[in-house]
Amino acid sequence: MAAAAELTLLEKSLGLSKGNKYSAQGERQIPVLQTNSGPSLTGLTTIAAHLVKQANKDYLLGSTAEEKAVVQQWLEYRVTRVDGHCSKDDIRAVLKDLNSYLEDKVYLTGYNFTLADILLYYGLHRFIVDLTVQEKEKYLNVSRWFCHIQHCPGIRQHLSSVVFIKNRLYTNSQ
Amino acid sequence: MRLFVSEGAPGSLPVLAAAGRAQRRAELLISTVGPEECVVPFLTWPKAPVLQLDSGNYLFSTSAICRYFFLLSGWEQDDLTNQWLEWEATELQPALSTALYYLVVQGKKGEDVLGPVRRALMHIDHSLSRRSSPFLAGETESLADIVLWGALYPLLQDPSYLPEELGALHSWFQTLSSQEPCQRAAETVLKRQGVLALRPYLQKQPQPSSLEGRVVSNEPEEEELATLSEEEIAVAVAAWEKGPESLPPLRPQQNPVLPVAGERNVLITSALPYVNNVPHLGNIIGCVLSADVFARYSRLRQWNTLYLCGTDEYGTATETKALEEGLTPQEICDKYHIIHADIYRWFNISFDFFGRTTTPQQTKITQDIFQRLLARGFVLQDTVEQLRCEHCARFLADRFVEGVCPFCGYEEARGDQCDKCGKLINAIELKKPQCKVCRSCPVVRSSQHLFLDLPKLGARVEEWLERTLPGSDWTPNARFITRSWLRDGLKPRCITRDLKWGTPVPLEGFEDKVFYVWFDATIGYLSITANYTDQWEKWWKNPEQVNLYQFMAKDNVPFHGIVFPSSALGAEDNYTLVSHLIATEYLNYEDGKFSKSRGVGVFGDMAQDTGIPADIWRFYLLYIRPEGQDSAFSWTDMLFKNNSELLNNLGNFVNRAGMFVSKFFGGFVPEMVLTSDDQRLLTHVTLELQHYHQLLEKVRIRDALRSVLTISRHGNQYIQVNEPWKRIRGGEADRQRAGTVTGLAVNIAALLSVMLQPYMPTVSATIQAQLQLPPPACSILPTSFLCTLPAGHQIGTVSPLFQKLENEQIESLKQRFSGGQLEESLALKAKASPKTAAGPEQVQALREEVAKQGDTVRELKAQKADKNQIAAQVAKLLDLKKQLALAEGKPLGTPKGKKK
Repeated sequence: MAAAAELTLLEKSLGLSKGNKYSAQGERQIPVLQTNSGPSLTGLTTIAAHLVKQANKDYLLGSTAEEKAVVQQWLEYRVTRVDGHCSKDDIRAVLKDLNSYLEDKVYLTGYNFTLADILLYYGLHRFIVDLTVQEKEKYLNVSRWFCHIQHCPGIRQHLSSVVFIKNRLYTNSQ
Repeated sequence: MRLFVSEGAPGSLPVLAAAGRAQRRAELLISTVGPEECVVPFLTWPKAPVLQLDSGNYLFSTSAICRYFFLLSGWEQDDLTNQWLEWEATELQPALSTALYYLVVQGKKGEDVLGPVRRALMHIDHSLSRRSSPFLAGETESLADIVLWGALYPLLQDPSYLPEELGALHSWFQTLSSQEPCQRAAETVLKRQGVLALRPYLQKQPQPSSLEGRVVSNEPEEEELATLSEEEIAVAVAAWEKGPESLPPLRPQQNPVLPVAGERNVLITSALPYVNNVPHLGNIIGCVLSADVFARYSRLRQWNTLYLCGTDEYGTATETKALEEGLTPQEICDKYHIIHADIYRWFNISFDFFGRTTTPQQTKITQDIFQRLLARGFVLQDTVEQLRCEHCARFLADRFVEGVCPFCGYEEARGDQCDKCGKLINAIELKKPQCKVCRSCPVVRSSQHLFLDLPKLGARVEEWLERTLPGSDWTPNARFITRSWLRDGLKPRCITRDLKWGTPVPLEGFEDKVFYVWFDATIGYLSITANYTDQWEKWWKNPEQVNLYQFMAKDNVPFHGIVFPSSALGAEDNYTLVSHLIATEYLNYEDGKFSKSRGVGVFGDMAQDTGIPADIWRFYLLYIRPEGQDSAFSWTDMLFKNNSELLNNLGNFVNRAGMFVSKFFGGFVPEMVLTSDDQRLLTHVTLELQHYHQLLEKVRIRDALRSVLTISRHGNQYIQVNEPWKRIRGGEADRQRAGTVTGLAVNIAALLSVMLQPYMPTVSATIQAQLQLPPPACSILPTSFLCTLPAGHQIGTVSPLFQKLENEQIESLKQRFSGGQLEESLALKAKASPKTAAGPEQVQALREEVAKQGDTVRELKAQKADKNQIAAQVAKLLDLKKQLALAEGKPLGTPKGKKK
């Protein structure tokens, strides 16, 4: 999904009606938003955070210092590690990290749904769609989290719903 | 919150600068980890720095850590700042890591390095000049400035990588670099060594991904050596050529050693061993031996060094021991003080003075500190409930009570502390208390006691720690323990006891009480110094000039890090307080604990009887020093390390180098004509030597020993590749080459002998005698590798340094120390007091263990448990039965073990 399309999705899920136009910059097609009030903004997470504030949903950026830092950390993770170089091995490493991180968490910050969940969900969607049943079981915590996020109202929109099987088939896997 | 850093990790720069800027530095507990250590449990790759928050969560992104510090101070980030941070992560970092990799790891220069980052640098410059604002996100400094400055500093601090034409970038960089938080961060991370300080970290990191695929090389892997720059080689060669003349003059030996103004005055103490116990290997490595290595190193650096220790002699344990052996407490102390002194002499511990705490000086200084504390209102009086054993007719000291820990339920918690959870315990809180001597249940009685008002002193201690900790070499565990004590809140601590054997309390109504050992044991360092010189106050009331290093195991940290500093600060007499508190973790024995009562493990006096030389013990104990984490003594591993590292690596190299000189050159060091290969080796040796210095300056004793072995490995490889034994029979050129290789090798051996001196003093002296190393070169360790054995120097007779340890020998030692030496300690006891065979309490304890173990075995059999598991438990039972038989004085059946 191109960054511009992703930002449009985000706008909708945030309930923003205006509909910005985005241009893309350089070979990595980094999104640029030309704002009315000031200079343009460049970069997926920068623009996303800007939109959240515009929608007056600042809580999506975290409420405590710790939460805010954690949200930004995962946004950075999204643009550096998920979007970076995505060989199969890289993605497997990402899933493995996330899987152990999410072991005791509902959302990326722990108990609160934030922008980090939304953007990581969008970023991972194209990989999760392709996972086999066995792989989904292997990354059980990621699957649980992903399934939960795609059912959050207004997030998934036109993206395909990924099916997760409730009963474990490969009890001996891992 | 705890910050994990790694030596030379570039991310530490922005993180420390941001912490400084947001004034969060004091809240940070800093731990250093290795470059390949995975700190974050959920990440599969190593990452440093990492911040562990008090909630337990981790921040592993450098920017997120910096952001967090700023957020804590209430500084939010605007869109522009966010944009810079995103750009830093996605654009700048990949370019920068490539440039740094070229520069630091591959030794490239100029455009090779600048090329990858040029566009990024121009982008910053343009943004700054277009907006004509001094900072990245506007008129005032923001998080973006700190994060980008930190990322760029390693590269841009070298003016050749800060292009002249980028004026706006130039002035922005200068402005930030001159700020105090940035300056401090730069000094801490780069240590004034420039970008090379990043090498230990960067060379352990995978290649930046942007390089992958490009650097496919078919060259054979040369060796795991770092790439050297021309400059490094030139500097190393110049130092080598200067030779021993460049050594500073030798410090004259002084007696007594006193601090000298303008010099580095190093006062080293090792935790005072308790007199009535024979120290085990864990005690020895934990304090006296570790401190000895540092003291010897400090002297090699020509620092003005005083190393002190002594036996801690007061307290109930001594009284009990005296009763047991039918002697007076003083006689017990006299007897055991000598045993201790002998053990440390055998281990070659280089104390300037080994004293004791039962001296008039101890009484005088303790009472003086007490009077000053009393006069200043830091002493409280209160009634204490204490455990009293009616059967033994005395109050029980903490160490004589055992019971169930009220916090974690551990069954063998001591009266003062639980070994399992580490919490401090008030003896009367123990569940199911037992007198350790007679096993009867003690009763609670009350008695008047004096308390040190720690809560009132807490603020001073905290203020002192805040000044002392940053930039000091306190070990991470020492910092952690001290911090957690302060965090949990200080409570008044009782400083008196109902005993006779101790320092008398100079206060009406307390005539029949003495000071509790932990109040006056730490004062022992002062009184021992006072027994060494009447000018002791020059060391102990001189915080400006004296650097105090205190060595101990981690259980001693609270007394040295909190309690004694509280007394000293409260006494208001300008006492010298600890500058560097060096605490080890625990050393285990094989898979369990050392245990005197069960006779498991090797004790100081027995090490001598094994026939293994003291230096081998020193080497192995230092090699496994519990630095940063617990470690374990293992006989098999000791055999392996001796035979591989000492015999095959170090011994083999030194011996070959010397033998070539004797055999091929008649004992005279040959002429050396250095080729570029030789120069590179010389540079590698110099770099490793510098690494050794860096580590020992930070008291990383175990790690520095690795550097010694690395150099000798380089040496072996060098000889192996150049084959002087073949070339010596060749033509003129070959013979000259053989001479150069031999000459360089023997000089490396000479350097190794000095580097080895803190670790293996006897072996070091042997090598130096064999090589006839001139005296100043033996006693000074310079920071670069010098040619100390010039051509024409005559060496002495060369002989092998180490002996192979054989399997059978080790097996039998393993057997002997696995609990069997109860026999020996019993024999000792029998000698001391002929009428008692074995202590009845020991026999009783063993009987209980046999019974317990019997139950375990029966249970397992009933459950039809795994065969091997049963067999192991049965073996344990048989062993216990054997011990019991021995303790009861019954004859043993024929031992099954192989003989030979």
